[in-house]
Parts: sequence; structure tokens; C-alpha cells
Amino acid sequence: MALWVDKYRPRELSKLDYHKNQAEQLKNLSQQGDFPHLMFYGPSGAGKKTRIMCLLRELYGTGVERLRNETMTFTTPSNRKIEIMTVSSNYHLEVNPSDAGIYDRVVVIDLIKQVAQTHQIDPSGQHDFKVIILSEVDELTKDAQHALRRTMEKYVATCRIILSVNSTSRVIPAIRSRCLGIRVSAPKVDEIVTILNNVCRRESLTVPEELARRIAEKSERNLRRAILMLEACKVQQYPFTAKQEIADLDWQMYLKETANQIILEQSPSRLEKVRERLYELLSQGIPPDIIFKGLVQDLVKNCDMSLKAKTLEFACLYEHRMQNGSKHIFHLEAFVAQFMNIYKKFMSETIMMDEF
Amino acid sequence: MQAFLKSDRPSLSAGTSLSSEDHTGQTAHRRKPPAPWVEKYRPRSINEIVEQKEVVSVLQKCIDGADLPNMLLYGPPGTGKTSIVLAAARQIFGDLYKERILELNASDERGIDVVRSKIKSFAQLTASSIRPDGKPCPPFKIIILDEADSMTHAAQAALRRTMEKESRSTRFCLVCNYVSRIIEPITSRCTKFRFKPLNEDKIIDRLQFICQRECVEMETNAYGRIVEISGGDLRRAITLLQSCQMLKKGGGKIMEDDLLEISGVVPQRYLVEFLSVCRSGNYSKLDEFVQDLSFEAYSIGQVLEQFNEFVLTHPDLSSDQKSVICDKLGECMFRLQEGGSEYLQIMDLGCTTILAFKK
Repeated sequence: MALWVDKYRPRELSKLDYHKNQAEQLKNLSQQGDFPHLMFYGPSGAGKKTRIMCLLRELYGTGVERLRNETMTFTTPSNRKIEIMTVSSNYHLEVNPSDAGIYDRVVVIDLIKQVAQTHQIDPSGQHDFKVIILSEVDELTKDAQHALRRTMEKYVATCRIILSVNSTSRVIPAIRSRCLGIRVSAPKVDEIVTILNNVCRRESLTVPEELARRIAEKSERNLRRAILMLEACKVQQYPFTAKQEIADLDWQMYLKETANQIILEQSPSRLEKVRERLYELLSQGIPPDIIFKGLVQDLVKNCDMSLKAKTLEFACLYEHRMQNGSKHIFHLEAFVAQFMNIYKKFMSETIMMDEF
Repeated sequence: MQAFLKSDRPSLSAGTSLSSEDHTGQTAHRRKPPAPWVEKYRPRSINEIVEQKEVVSVLQKCIDGADLPNMLLYGPPGTGKTSIVLAAARQIFGDLYKERILELNASDERGIDVVRSKIKSFAQLTASSIRPDGKPCPPFKIIILDEADSMTHAAQAALRRTMEKESRSTRFCLVCNYVSRIIEPITSRCTKFRFKPLNEDKIIDRLQFICQRECVEMETNAYGRIVEISGGDLRRAITLLQSCQMLKKGGGKIMEDDLLEISGVVPQRYLVEFLSVCRSGNYSKLDEFVQDLSFEAYSIGQVLEQFNEFVLTHPDLSSDQKSVICDKLGECMFRLQEGGSEYLQIMDLGCTTILAFKK
């Protein structure tokens, strides 16, 4: 049994639920039979991948839906073997090169070379180029991105590259200028509510308007998360009630609790405890930048404006260092220690002021 | 057959690799007819180049005398630097053009070993002074180093002796954006030409010409908007025009909004709102606004870039406030480009702005 997210994913451009204008434009693009490299950008759960697959289907027909998994092996210059999972059909190939960590450059170059150097045997039947989908390009190292721009130009005759990116800020300008950017903004709350209702109707369930709205608001405009939540709610309790509890993500609770502990006490021993909790989060595979963001959002709630500004200033500093460095825990902990410092100082100052 | 033969054989010398590249170019061309307009409307002769009068007149004299100095062309992107060299070479060499030119840009490997092997061996080939059909032809080749400012200093240093030694048979032409990144010994060996950003009217003229040729309909205001977005970069303007046309195909006129959407420029109202949210001094409002901005998938880097312009020209801010904000802006931009989190950087900027208003 497929998850609802996959089951009700639109497969054709004409069936998309929102951004209809854009769907029309994509259709125009595919009808010309040829297009430049594309870059879809938008927050997660906005429907980038769905749009890419719809576009491919428009271009190549249903053949793109016959997918197969393959594991490709690459040899790095230092003779290490790395394996990468790819999903491919006869016409396209999808890969997440950032899985290879610091060896992503090898993957980008070799993979594209392999695909691009094989010409279609019979160019008359289909389009004479293949499509390579690279996801999470913003997570690639700068080195790999530079390699990518060269390969993009070189093999433009035999393949088109579609990039899927969360934020364009981390993509080097040279790549940005070589692609036609397509902005996929997150669906509005109302749109999510409509989609949730549709899903329920097709599952022949009834969902109270209020619950749907609560789920939509809780999902932070992330459609995938909203549908997953809906399904989770269904498992928990059906028939739905309007006041039904929506399960929170446990790591979010854990992070909130961590922030609380920092606010309650500022001491070396507490710092040690917080470190354990941070380690726990990291080892569960929560990306450090998300931990950072969550932590900051929770910490500043109890501060006044000048303290907020200071906290953010330090957060920026340490987060930037974290991106450049390799040991995430150091920088997370440095931030926590720094926050404890300024918070305590601030508190004692206000108490002093009160006493006088 | 040709495609099969050329496939993976390592090229023996620069000369052969060059000609094999030509073949790929041709096959690619035969297979996919629609060329990018930037290439299609690249000037064929140097007289077509707009705006850069001095350079054109100097080059025209050189072409008449059938000789060229070593050249260093610098200026902002999209002002016709590469075009002018290619056009000049085309006029000098005619149909021998492809054999006499080695074009390397930043996307090719250009480390020190490439300078030592590829460039050197190409430079050492002698060029005949007559064509196969008996007509005279200037006896030199041109090596074009595009985006030369991204070459390492070591590679530039390796170039300088080659430039002098092979001056009999080879001319170098360096193209770059920032002349300050080219090492002194190289600049002193070249004639320098500075390229100015293009005038608004010139860009509009060119765009109108292309629109006429390609039968594209565009709103009159949209021309001005393209110029504004492209900031004097003709290449960017033309690419933008073509992207719009591809997405709109048959869907009527190109409007201003389409341009904004495709170029990824953040609408002005977001900047105004950001400043007014900061002025209100409410942190949670700011938080909400920033979240909203990222849900709309606008690039924060782009926001910061436009915000800089916006703040500088804003009439209500005092110089003190402007300096505080711009200082922070620079810092945030730097961190963002190094991979910092979008959310944190813009929040930091917001907080600083709030404090600047409170003072």
C-alpha cells in the first residue's frame, strides 16, 4: 500500500493543483521539444520534484514512469570506491550527488560524462537528449559546482540537466546564469486545505474543516508534511474529530526542551547536559543547520530586543563557521555557551538595576 | 561515424583536439536547430559592436593593416568583449577562422600545466601567410583567454614568457572583468581596452531588432524593465528575452510581470515591507515576514542585493542609520555566500535595522 503522498501525486502538468499558470508555461516549454538547463527552486514540500516528473512525462510519455534502481560505483582519485544510488528510466536519470560527501565532484563529472557520451541509438523516435536530475545541488561543495558548470556546457548537445534546489543563495552565480530558473513557492494554507479535502474525498473519508486547517497551519506550508500528518491522524483515530491531537515531530519537542533547559540554568554542568542532547539530535540525523535555526527561534522568545539582536549576531557568526568547518558539535556548543554568557550577564544586570 | 571516431581518443596535440572540437560543434549544430539568441545575434563584424567607439576604431586600423597587438579587454559582463575579438578574428582570417583560434574560457582546465602544454604547443605552430586557395592571410594565430581573471597567478606567470617568445606567430587576447586580478607583467605586455556598460537606448534598440526578427511581441514598458534588470549587460537582457519567449510561446505579449518572475528579481513591495516591519520594531512580525519570504521561494541573496540599493537611495533614513545597516549587510552577504543559513542572516540584518531605527 502506497503512502498517500505518492498515491495522490499529480502525474500530469494539467492535473497540478496550484501554480496553474506556471504549469501552462512548462507545457509550452515542453512542446517546443527543446529547453535549456532548468533550475527548480523552492522550499521543501512545495512540489519541485512533482513538477519535474510531470514535465518529463509531458516530454517523453509514460515511459519515464518505469523506474529502476541502480547502484553506480565511482573510483575517487585516491582509489576509494563510492557507491551511489540512482533512479532511472530509459530517458532520464536521477541522482543526489551530495550523498557522496566530499567526493561529490567525482560523481558529478563521471556520472554526467557516462550518460552524456552515450547517444540515443535511434534519434528519430524520441528526443535526442536525455535528462539528468540532480537534487540538492545547494548542498554540493563549491568544487563540485564548478565542475558542474563545465560539464553543463560541454555536453549540452546530448543531455539536459534539471537541478532541484532549496535556496539559490548557495548555488554559485555561474550555474544560476546558465539555467532557466523556475520558482516553486510553497502552497498557501487555503490551497493545502483544499488538497487535503480532495485526498480525503478520494479515500472516501470525511475530514472536518477545522482539523484540515489545523494540519495545514502546523505543516508550515509543506504539502508533503501536511499529507503525511493527515495519514498519521487517520491511523491514530478515525472518524476524525475537530479537536483531535496532531502528533508533533518528536525531535522538534526534544529541541524545544533543550532550549528550555538553556534558559532555566546557565552553568558549565548544564552545558554538559545540553551537549549530550545536541549529540543525540545529531546522531539521529537531524541536519545541524535545522538544529541551529530551531534553537535560535526558541531561545529568542524570552529575550528583549537588544538581547535578541545580540543572540542573532552570535548565531550568524557560529553558524557560518559551522558551515565552513567540519565538526558541527563544536560550533553548536560554542553558540550555546555564548548565549548562556550573554543571557546570564543580562539577567544579573537587570537584577542589579532592580536592587538600586 | 565522425562522432564515433572522435569519441574518447586522447588528443595527441592541441591542434588535433581543436579540430575534433569543431566537429562536435558542427554535429551538435546540425542536430538541434534552435540556437540561443545570444549566439545567433552575436555581431559578425566589428562595426556592429555598439557603444565601444575607441576600441572599434583601433581594431579597425589593426585589421586594415592586418596585424594585431596583444590585447587585454576588460569591463563588466555582457558589453561585447568576447564578441569583438571573435568578430575581428573572423574578419582577419575569413574561413580559416576555426584553425587559427584557440579559445579557452574559465570552464576549461586552465591550470599551470595547461598553459605549459596546450597553450605552448598551439603557440609554437607556425601559421602560413597564404591560404590554401592562394590568397594572402596574416601569418599569426590568436589565443583567446576568456575570463582571464580567474586564472591562478602561477598560470599567469607561466604565460608571460610564452607571450614574448611566440610573438612572431601568435597573438594573445585576454578578456576579463577585473583588470586588477591580472598580474602586472601581463598587463604591461598588452594593449589595454576598457569597455563601458551599455547605454539604455542601445540595449533597447538591439532588443527591438531581435523582437522584430523573431516576431516576439512585448509590452513597451517591458523594454525599460529588461534594461533595469540586466543593468547594462546585453547578454543577460537577450537571454532573459529568450527565456520569456520560450515560456510564453504563443501566449500573447510579454508583460513586465513575466520578466520579474523569470529573472528571479524580488518585487519592490517586499523591500518596502521589510523596512516598515523593521521600523515597527516588532520581532515576531519580522520573524513572520521572513518565513513568508522564504515560503515564496525568493532568494535571500537577491533580497540583500536589492535591499542594498534600496537603502542607499531611501530618502527617510539618516546617514548614520544607512551606514549601520550597510555595514551589517556586507557581513551578512559575505556569510551567505560562504554557505551561511538564509534565515539567520536575514534575521540578523533585521535586528540590526530595528536597533538602528530605535537609536
